[in-house]
Amino acid sequence: MAVCIAVIAKENYPLYIQSITTENELKFHYTVHTSLDVVDEKISAMGKALVDQRELYLGLLYPTEDYKVYGYVTNSKVKFVMVADSSNTALRDNEIHSMFQKLHNSYIDVMCNPFYNPGDCIHSRAFDNMVTSMMMQVC
Amino acid sequence: MEGLTLSEAEQRYYCDLFAYCDTESTKKVAPNGRVLELFRAAQLPSEVVLQIMELCGATRLGYFGRSQFYIALKLVAVAQSGLPLRVESLNTVKDLPLPRFVGPKNEQELRHTALYSSDADNSTPYSGVIPPPPGRVQVKKGSVSHDAGQQRTSTDQQESTSPVVSPQQSPPTSPHTWRKHNRHPSGGNNERPLAGPGPFWAPFSEAQPGSSTTGDPIWSGHSPPPHQENWVSFADTPPTSTLLAMHPASVQDQTTVRTVASATTANEIRRQSSSYDDPWKITDEQRQYYVNQFKTIQPDLNGFIPGSAAKEFFTKSKLPILELSHIWELSDFDKDGALTLDEFCAAFHLVVARKNGYDLPEKLPESLMPKLIDLEDTTEVGDQSGEVGYSSSPAEAPPSKSPSMPSLNQTWPELNQSSEDTAIVHPVPIRMTPSKIHMQEMELKRTGSDLANPTSPLLVKPPDLSEENNMSSSKFVAGNTVADGYSSSDSYTSDPEQIGSTITRQRSHSGTSPDNTAPPPPPPRPHPSHSRSSSLDMNRSFTVTPGQQQAGVVAYPPAVPPRPPPSQGAGPHVHRPVDAESLIAHTSTSPQQIPEQPNFADFSQFEAFAASSVNEEEEDEIETHSEVLQVEKSSDSAGSLRVTKTDARVEDKAAASVPVNAGKGTTPLAPPPKPIRRRLKSEDELRPEVEEHTQKTGVIAAVLASQPSIPRSVGKDKKAIQASIRRNKETNTVLARLNSELQQQLKDVLEERISLEVQLEQLRPFSHL
Repeated sequence: MAVCIAVIAKENYPLYIQSITTENELKFHYTVHTSLDVVDEKISAMGKALVDQRELYLGLLYPTEDYKVYGYVTNSKVKFVMVADSSNTALRDNEIHSMFQKLHNSYIDVMCNPFYNPGDCIHSRAFDNMVTSMMMQVC
Repeated sequence: MEGLTLSEAEQRYYCDLFAYCDTESTKKVAPNGRVLELFRAAQLPSEVVLQIMELCGATRLGYFGRSQFYIALKLVAVAQSGLPLRVESLNTVKDLPLPRFVGPKNEQELRHTALYSSDADNSTPYSGVIPPPPGRVQVKKGSVSHDAGQQRTSTDQQESTSPVVSPQQSPPTSPHTWRKHNRHPSGGNNERPLAGPGPFWAPFSEAQPGSSTTGDPIWSGHSPPPHQENWVSFADTPPTSTLLAMHPASVQDQTTVRTVASATTANEIRRQSSSYDDPWKITDEQRQYYVNQFKTIQPDLNGFIPGSAAKEFFTKSKLPILELSHIWELSDFDKDGALTLDEFCAAFHLVVARKNGYDLPEKLPESLMPKLIDLEDTTEVGDQSGEVGYSSSPAEAPPSKSPSMPSLNQTWPELNQSSEDTAIVHPVPIRMTPSKIHMQEMELKRTGSDLANPTSPLLVKPPDLSEENNMSSSKFVAGNTVADGYSSSDSYTSDPEQIGSTITRQRSHSGTSPDNTAPPPPPPRPHPSHSRSSSLDMNRSFTVTPGQQQAGVVAYPPAVPPRPPPSQGAGPHVHRPVDAESLIAHTSTSPQQIPEQPNFADFSQFEAFAASSVNEEEEDEIETHSEVLQVEKSSDSAGSLRVTKTDARVEDKAAASVPVNAGKGTTPLAPPPKPIRRRLKSEDELRPEVEEHTQKTGVIAAVLASQPSIPRSVGKDKKAIQASIRRNKETNTVLARLNSELQQQLKDVLEERISLEVQLEQLRPFSHL
């Protein structure tokens, strides 16, 4: 489903980015990078008053002809970006939402590891496995 | 070297070989000699062997750890299949045949290897033979060769179809037999479908006939006994169909995601570990060592090691952070960022294994899994109770991780409930025995004053407060008397306590219980600032208990005595005798007051006791009483003391001589009190005040006079008496202090008086002039 999943830190540098290797990975990197602007826009649009109530799931950030980009922000301004294939129309919003939840949970597990310093790249195998499974759900 | 993925058959086979080489039974290291022999038996050129050894890292390490051995075996297989020796080929080459080890008799060995490679079958007998130690190869393969011959065509067929035979073909069959005989056949039966023939274990040859006789149909057909003596006999007669069946399956397996392969590997490991000597099993001495190490960090074996401490500890092992991170991931089973004893042992074991060259598994081996309550569904509260206490806050996190740990989630609420007594969450108002004792004492104390204070909060902190108040040594404190002190202090304490947590109350209990049982618990003394407010609080908070009248009464006693008598008919009584009468009248009135104000009665009881003591004490009491007045009524602040003083003097004088004339008696008395409070006040002002004060003092005196009668009427238990004795002792101390202070003031006043008189005299000569 997802062709690319990225975890971006608060300072907008990538902590983790992985895509299925069929296509030019760089293209996905670029897509993710550009989507950050949209994410920031959505966050700021919520306004300061709603910081607490802010929905973590941002939904569809923007579609392109080939794929759609979804976003999710945690309360610590860590962003998850998922690039999904447009042709896969079976993907519903709540499925994406649940996928982000899983991502978030895995990210929490990574953070719980005392050997992980926040801000480091994520090398956790469990996280890798989870992401891979997510990307490979539908071939 | 990391991430060596082995198929199940490979894993088993390699494990067998390793065990074979593990002559010293270290279970971790295979001595070089044996391994070299083995590799020589693989019929590879020596430079290849050397290359293999280099690649697997044995030359670096100097010995063959399990991972090195496995890598070496795989490389042997790679080499034997003619592929170039590369580290990458370890994982990328799929469908690698098992390495073949041949003995001196090459033909037969080859046949055997062919058989071995061709065999793949659940139905095949698992008569494994250990790869030949040099010189020990006994190839008695008569029947086997027959079988081999039969199989050869199929083998050829096989080989034509797939030059690289599925590794599934060559499972270590002997392990199955071994498993069957030495453990329970469950493992063997399970793995049969996946496994083909494998090496034959000679040592277990004796068992093999047994296996065949246990009703294994497969065995029966393959005349195991002759095989038994074959060191390298991969012969059996598996139908190749199963091989074919296996092959696609295995291929498919191999082509699936690496995670799946790793999972199967892990499963294999797990299964193997359950049946073999578990590579991940912790021995007892290891366990003991781990436990000791745990204790150095966390003495409580049921407690946690926080993540930071664990991080420091494991960083000392000099493993790379990445690996430590992975170890943590594996061992922190409940993902709470802390390690229990089990988790710590698992982590430590993994670190040890890694340091010895083992590869880290993808998943936690079964033997290292921490025992969790929910999984075992037992009452192992020990492990979890600490966890619950710790993780009561992250309890929300596990429920959110439902996909990963559903079973754990269910336990969290149960565990939380079980930890009720330790959780701070529940504000359970616990009133245990000590408070009851205290209550009884308090009640008894109050019975003297017709008070019943069942409300426990009242009783909780009085001793503490009393201690505090003793420290404060405020004048009115003594005046408030014990009863007041109790009530007001209770009221004061009760409110914050009700708001506060249980633990505070419990603590106060623990603090008070010894006090209650110990002889002299200092009666509570309310804070100076709270005497009135506390009483008000009590009015607010304790509307239930009748004893709460005490609260309202607290305000009263100081106030009442002076007030009603003047209203009742005490106009400005100038004359003392009149005062005396009024006193008598007041006496009559005071009893009326007493039922209304039980506290007052109590207070009066105190007064009575005090009155029964030395006069000075009485004075002091009066003073303190008036000081109470003073506190209670700011307007009277000065006057009360003056009243006290005058009353004191009056009492003295009254004791000595009845006619304590207001004018005469009070005048000389006036100056002394005056400087204490208002040094600058003129004498004129004094006199009327004095008169007022005399009224008040008269009232007080009346009250005091009347008091003795009242408390007697109330029946007292021993405890009440004792309580009152205690109270009185305390008030005595307070009063003694008060006394000393007042005496000091008296001295000052006298000095001033002297100076004033001197001035007067200095002035007088002028006037006289």
